[in-house]
Amino acid sequence: MHQIQQHYFIALATLLFCIGVSGIFLNRKNIISILMSIEIMLLAVNINFVSFSVYLNDLLGQIFAIFILTVAGAEAAIGLAILVVYFNNRKNIELENISSMKG
Amino acid sequence: MNFTLYLFYIFSFVLISSSLVVVSTRNMVIAVIFLILAFFNVAGLFILLGAEYLAVLLIVVYVGAIAVLFLFVVMMLNVDAKITEDVNRKKPLITMLIVILFCEIFLITKFSTINYVEMSPQFPAPKDIHNTKAIGKILYTDFILPFQIAGAILFVAMIGAIVLTMKNETRYIRKQNISKQVSRNKKDTLVIAKVKAGEGINL
Repeated sequence: MHQIQQHYFIALATLLFCIGVSGIFLNRKNIISILMSIEIMLLAVNINFVSFSVYLNDLLGQIFAIFILTVAGAEAAIGLAILVVYFNNRKNIELENISSMKG
Repeated sequence: MNFTLYLFYIFSFVLISSSLVVVSTRNMVIAVIFLILAFFNVAGLFILLGAEYLAVLLIVVYVGAIAVLFLFVVMMLNVDAKITEDVNRKKPLITMLIVILFCEIFLITKFSTINYVEMSPQFPAPKDIHNTKAIGKILYTDFILPFQIAGAILFVAMIGAIVLTMKNETRYIRKQNISKQVSRNKKDTLVIAKVKAGEGINL
């Protein structure tokens, strides 16, 4: 395990995070792909936490990764529930139309 | 080059390429399936790192719950994949900004002159017991309050999702509509009709 340098993992997590950010900004299709990009970003954060936890020999990072997993699950559930309700009202989830939503 | 490094390269390559497919494809079902592939590869990376419990938890939680939820919603909503190819004029600028972001973080981590500060770890990983037992010993003692709060967050999310989606659902929930009952009167609902013998009545 220690043949792999730690900055390999940090570079991998950085690349994954940048892919997630680009998925949010470059995406003009619908909200589901934005939610999936957020999941990818949380995955990159988890890789960072676990690699630092292993290389610093401290279990705190893995505990935090478990909590991030919890929050990601809650966020996905709420986001998809809002998406289902919105789709039932408007019959599409195009991103441009959502900006016209007013109270 | 040894076997572990080969495995790291394989997992990383498949992870990066499958996440690129996730953010670039137009078919949502394909995107969710490649997201599942990315989760499996991250689980493999965690096993390489020696965090077995998180690897299995990642597969169980992400693939078993979140990805299936995504797949369910994608298939239930039946989003028509009509291609609205609008010209996003800011696309090169945003791509350049993201490449710059990646290069900055990569250069900082690669050529960093910051040395490791030798500090004693707060919760050192014990050598004699395995990863799952070590995490459990910390999680249920020192982190019992954040653990309970995480459970409360999941509970609130569950109730929120149910309340959002079952708001006006009257097919399954039969509730008493009190105002409808009170405003019902005899004049609107009761008809006294004289029916002649031999003829029907058309109400």
